[in-house]
Amino acid sequence: MPLLFFPARAEVLPEPLGLVLVLASWNFPISLALDPVIGAISAGNTVVLKPSELSPASSSFLANTIPRYLDSAALKVIEGGHDAAEQLLQQKWDKIFFTGSSRVGRIIMAAAANHLTPVTLELGGKCPTILDSLSISDLEVAIKRIVGGKWGLCSGQACIGIDYVLVEEKFASILVELLKKCIKAFFGDSMPNLKNLCRIVSKSHFDRVSNLLGDPRVAASIVHGGSWDEQNLMIEPTILLDPPLDADIMSEEIFGPLLPIITLNKIEESIEFINLRPKPLAIYAFTKNERFKKKLLSETSSGSITFNDAVVQFVADSLPFGGVGQSGFGRYHGKYSFDTFSHEKAVLQRSFYLELEPRYPPWNDFKLDFIKLAYKFDYLGLLLLLSGLRRIFKRSN
Amino acid sequence: MAFFDAAAMMKGLRGAYASGKTRSYEWRVSQLKALLKLMSFHEKEIVDALRSDLSKPELESFLQEIALLKESCGLALKELHRWMAPEKVKTMMTTFPSSAEIVPEPLGVVLVISAWNYPFLLSLDPVIGAIAAGNAVVLKPSEISPATSSVLAKLLGQYMDCSAVKVIEGAVPETTALLEQKWDKIFYTGNGKVARIVSAAAAKHLTPLVLELGGKSPVIVDSNVDLKVAARRIIAGKWGCNNGQACVSPDYAITTKEFAPDLIDTLRSELEKFYGKDPLKSNDLSRIVNSNHFNRLSKLLDDDKISGKIIHGGQKDIANLKIAPTILLDVPEDSLIMEEEIFGPLLPILTVNNVEDSFNIIKSKDKPLAAYLFTNNKKLKENFIRNISAGGLVINDTTMHLAVPTLPFGGVGESGMGAYHGKFSFDAFSHKKAVLLRSFAGDLSSRYPPYTPKKLNLLKALVNGSLFGILRALLGWHD
Repeated sequence: MPLLFFPARAEVLPEPLGLVLVLASWNFPISLALDPVIGAISAGNTVVLKPSELSPASSSFLANTIPRYLDSAALKVIEGGHDAAEQLLQQKWDKIFFTGSSRVGRIIMAAAANHLTPVTLELGGKCPTILDSLSISDLEVAIKRIVGGKWGLCSGQACIGIDYVLVEEKFASILVELLKKCIKAFFGDSMPNLKNLCRIVSKSHFDRVSNLLGDPRVAASIVHGGSWDEQNLMIEPTILLDPPLDADIMSEEIFGPLLPIITLNKIEESIEFINLRPKPLAIYAFTKNERFKKKLLSETSSGSITFNDAVVQFVADSLPFGGVGQSGFGRYHGKYSFDTFSHEKAVLQRSFYLELEPRYPPWNDFKLDFIKLAYKFDYLGLLLLLSGLRRIFKRSN
Repeated sequence: MAFFDAAAMMKGLRGAYASGKTRSYEWRVSQLKALLKLMSFHEKEIVDALRSDLSKPELESFLQEIALLKESCGLALKELHRWMAPEKVKTMMTTFPSSAEIVPEPLGVVLVISAWNYPFLLSLDPVIGAIAAGNAVVLKPSEISPATSSVLAKLLGQYMDCSAVKVIEGAVPETTALLEQKWDKIFYTGNGKVARIVSAAAAKHLTPLVLELGGKSPVIVDSNVDLKVAARRIIAGKWGCNNGQACVSPDYAITTKEFAPDLIDTLRSELEKFYGKDPLKSNDLSRIVNSNHFNRLSKLLDDDKISGKIIHGGQKDIANLKIAPTILLDVPEDSLIMEEEIFGPLLPILTVNNVEDSFNIIKSKDKPLAAYLFTNNKKLKENFIRNISAGGLVINDTTMHLAVPTLPFGGVGESGMGAYHGKFSFDAFSHKKAVLLRSFAGDLSSRYPPYTPKKLNLLKALVNGSLFGILRALLGWHD
């Protein structure tokens, strides 16, 4: 601080925002409900949690169990769908934390605007995975991580799940072969013998995902899977090779067990490919090329970027978790959760002595000179000014 | 209808940003240095513009606008390397082996909408942050301070890289056209009403915001203080800050019934020392910015509910848009002057029985941008700091926290969201990207299906950090 301020003490004090609303999603219905709530509580707020109605059993569990363990005067669970959400959004909250789609994110933000309520929006996007050329042993690990990062995560219904893969054309066929093998090892042969896989959450999402395959050009690009069991809302792990880029499957977030593989001439083209599209929540890059890594890091933008793995950044508590652009704004996890539900209040303490006269009117040239010099930390100049000598020096210049 | 093509302008800016030039350290430094140059070489022009728009005294123009900006620029230049550097963070057992860092990157193309009361400072201070963070930026100065708006357009046009730093002058049609575009961030300084319009526009594109608004910033004056110093600091923060037209000016004061006469006497005598017997003739007071605001403030004084409560000042000069420093005593809570932010040279003083009662008054209103307390009572200080929520608090002074670059400057609740100044400006215009580097070695097969009870036990033990549990799981013992 400039000497003008001496003596003073400055600090930043975190304080709760007040009454906050957490709107959770259905795909990780327990963690996406309670993780933000943990942040809200640790920051000292009172909380209303609205779990998603698309995951009714979890919603019910939360509504019944939380009041048994937590102070229900300060943490309430409100169950319900659109109507409940609409009513809640009409209230004046001190913060709203929303996890879900961009479409609903806009509605939330517009409602928050009426009350100038700050929001954190954890949205999604199409998380690309870049697969560079690797040694066989590394490739085997990469394949496992890709299969795990796609279908091992709620059957592809995850905001940070792998949406599509970018690979050089010459590796496409070996990639497909290895993926098929791994899928078989992890999940079983084919319908109806599939295990270790989530189903699609609801009929309407099932229709949405299966309709992506309705486009005949897309159906023609299927190289594995493609069948489904409508009664049980199961869709088989499906791989597509170069579906048309203007089809829905390549313009919307898939949020399901369909994996498009897009081939490129050279892997570096993946940067341009990604940059032509909205900023994703996460980018995954399997590569050992240090130069390529640096280029990716500085030339693409995403909520996060993980090298040589997928999804695990979610459990790294020292890293902020959140999106940018269409994938959202704000962040949480670890201390970021506490911060996101806090107001950082600036506190400055001054004392009464050491008053600085030139601060006050009536102003004249002397005081103006004094202030200017003090601001420049020009203490010699100040001394000269005070002793009346500076004027003489100034005029002689 | 706006006379400029906002969409075409955006296309140009996006092209400039996509070329990568704003991201380089060199570009950012060159632009920050250009700002410093423009401020040094054209100081007189800036001071003249501020005098034209607000009759702002030269010392205020220097101290509260130019000096602060030079500081801000200088700090950014000095610290930019450090601010741009990735931050290594600890990793945990759950992602072992790995390394992690947080890398700041620009958001892209950002919009800064400025206000009329500190038209130079509130335009360029956010722009400094935007440029330091590597963004392309459009500045829309307020049309209510037209001389400064014009000087900004001219000087930035001359000194800055116009492909990536633009000034768009204008009023509602131009602002509306700008708000229809998709920005990567919008930084707005102004009032709550327009902030809601800006927020609604931002919601359409999921654009994140910083809103620097205002409110009724209270000042509590305890007895047992150095009254002369306190009074001077209150006067400096109120009438010495653009004649009360500042978001952090003390809006109203609260003191005990017992102490009020002393406070009022000291305020009156210091006011006379500062501004003379006829303050309407003093050159050290800003005028009211325009007739709209002059009429607004006159209405507050004409309110029936406060008749007889004016105990000092109240003189007006409509031709020169001047209102003298005015003090009112014990106005009713439901008077106009207590309902909205005054933003002018009127200071209501409310009295209470005990100084602690003042906290309830403050808490009954929206959270202000700032709150001030003059006291030597340690317990009262602590109580105030802990229990009064506001953007920022100052003990034993007013408004100074603005000038401390290590303190975040911003509001909460109705007074705004987000913060800036110092590194907070850089952060406000950055995305902090999380980067996790993993290796192929040490792959944990328990992550992958087929899921077995043994795998589940091992993972549970790992998450719980229980060495014994890990051993048990590896040896195949189940619960």
